[in-house]
Amino acid sequence: MSATVNETAADALRAETIVKSFGAVTALSGVSLHVKRGEVLGILGDNGAGKSTLMKIITGYHKPTAGQLYVRGEAVDLASVDHARALGIECVYQDLALVNTLPIYHNMFLNRELRTPFGMLDHRTMRRRAAEALEDIGVNVPSVDEEVEMLSGGQRQAIAIARAVYSEAKILLLDEPLAAMGAREAGLIIDLIQRQRARGDISIIMIMHNYAQTLEIADRVMLMQHGEVTFSGAARDTSVEELLEIVRREYRAARAR
Amino acid sequence: MSQPISLRRHGSRLFALREASILVVAILLFGYFAISNDNFLSGANLQTLSQFIAPAAIIACGEIMLLICGEIDLSVGQVFALAPFIMAFSVKAGLGLFIGIVLALLVCAVVGLINGGITVLLRVPSFVTTLGTLFLINGFTLTISRGYPVNTPGGATIANIFGAEGYSEFLWALLIVLIMHAVLRHRRWGLHTIAVGGNLTGATEAGINAARIKVGNFVLTSVLGGVTGILEAFRIGSTDPLAGGTNIMFLAVASGVIGGTSLAGGSGTIIGGLLGATVLGVLQDGFTLAGINAFTFDMIIGGAILIAMIANIRVQGMRKGGRR
Ligand SMILES: Nc1ncnc2c1ncn2[C@@H]1O[C@H](COP(=O)(O)OP(=O)(O)OP(=O)(O)O)[C@@H](O)[C@H]1O
Ligand SMILES: [Mg+2]
Repeated sequence: MSATVNETAADALRAETIVKSFGAVTALSGVSLHVKRGEVLGILGDNGAGKSTLMKIITGYHKPTAGQLYVRGEAVDLASVDHARALGIECVYQDLALVNTLPIYHNMFLNRELRTPFGMLDHRTMRRRAAEALEDIGVNVPSVDEEVEMLSGGQRQAIAIARAVYSEAKILLLDEPLAAMGAREAGLIIDLIQRQRARGDISIIMIMHNYAQTLEIADRVMLMQHGEVTFSGAARDTSVEELLEIVRREYRAARAR
Repeated sequence: MSQPISLRRHGSRLFALREASILVVAILLFGYFAISNDNFLSGANLQTLSQFIAPAAIIACGEIMLLICGEIDLSVGQVFALAPFIMAFSVKAGLGLFIGIVLALLVCAVVGLINGGITVLLRVPSFVTTLGTLFLINGFTLTISRGYPVNTPGGATIANIFGAEGYSEFLWALLIVLIMHAVLRHRRWGLHTIAVGGNLTGATEAGINAARIKVGNFVLTSVLGGVTGILEAFRIGSTDPLAGGTNIMFLAVASGVIGGTSLAGGSGTIIGGLLGATVLGVLQDGFTLAGINAFTFDMIIGGAILIAMIANIRVQGMRKGGRR
């Protein structure tokens, strides 16, 4: 046990041979990953490769069928999303997990509401802090009282990201953070990710679809296809061409099987 | 696209707007009956009116919470009838009134737990679950009562506090409405109820225990049904095994929906529910005074509820239209 702790102390998060089946569908067949403190790991891969499923196992949303998670060197079996959050794991899900009928500031503090000493919701402070956080990033919204339903796709995404970042996560998971973003907004978010990284104590795992962008931002990249890892290495030692070649080769190999 | 723009602006205020508009309707109806009938503003009639509004308003508080988190309880009217029997039989068994009331409300809570448990754990739609328990509880109450009414136990003072004295039931209703309004707007419970109804997956991803919220609101609704049944038993002095029933349940749901609670889940207002119950009460009372017979009245109420529900769904359509 102590040997394991020492060996992996540098890893903020490590997942070992994670398997996840949904009935007959095997979404993950033995996936391992690790991310160091202060490191950005980019995950690329086909649609349906199991990327989101892997994220949801790390956030405690899904229980793995087999495999083990280690957080800062210690084996953990996540019992719930709250458990993962207590360990400093935050996620921006692909579906954003926003409640349309609630105003922006309530979404920003969803399940982490600020309360007065009597246990009442502290609307005023949440409103102010939400406005400050969004202004800090440079996201324009008419008012934090606005219901999320009325916002554009990019604005919604920015709010979900701001929520995760301002929770002071130690391990930040981003599932396609730039998917609905315009060029200016994507720039803001990349900026925000870089600023977080500069803090030095945060580890970021981001699922992406743009290969060039990923190689630019990430320290390491990982390729996932049909529930397996088909490549993992330092971003500066590989190229878009090499990654695409692996994707094509693995795709043909999987089809031939 | 020019029309939804203003909605975008005032989206968050849309429901406050609906509360205001139902308030205007209530005041207009009240004014109309006050002018057209001399007896409407008499002390005796206002008291009758308050006694009609109170039960629907209390139960509406529970149904509104359930509607917001995407569920409904059809069985609450049967719990309404069951509670006073448990209370009366406990007193007869020598347990005393206080224990009788506690026991009655505990049984109600268990019914809520069963409703919620079946709905959440076995994934049976609550419409079906509570339709089943509706018949089950009704049969149970008829069995333990053998079909006969019982007199409400307790002395005059207790009875007066719990609903017999003119406005006491209405005061209970106001108190419960205020508490539930605060729960919905100013407590995590209310916020999470909205989150679960507005985006079940998203709320779960944010770590909210949706099952706990839903089951809790089923328990709340059943207990409020029991409270109302007991208040009514003290007011009337006896309880019939067929008291309450689907009639009071329907009035409560209609009050919520007329008041602006969304049938699709994710939004609603407790104050609106009180206003909805008031509108239905004023209609019922006003038409009774005007000598309109019960059959005609049912048609009028049915029509009013239909119009309110159509308006409710159209407002939701407009909200959706604001986006995409
Ligand atoms: N809750 C679930 N129940 C059943 N099957 C699921 C569930 N979640 C995911 N799957 C299946 O698992 C596989 C992997 O899905 P996942 O969402 O992880 O892919 P992904 O890599 O995120 O894809 P994309 O790039 O399209 O987001 C798919 O075949 C999907 O249908
Ligand atoms: Mg995905």
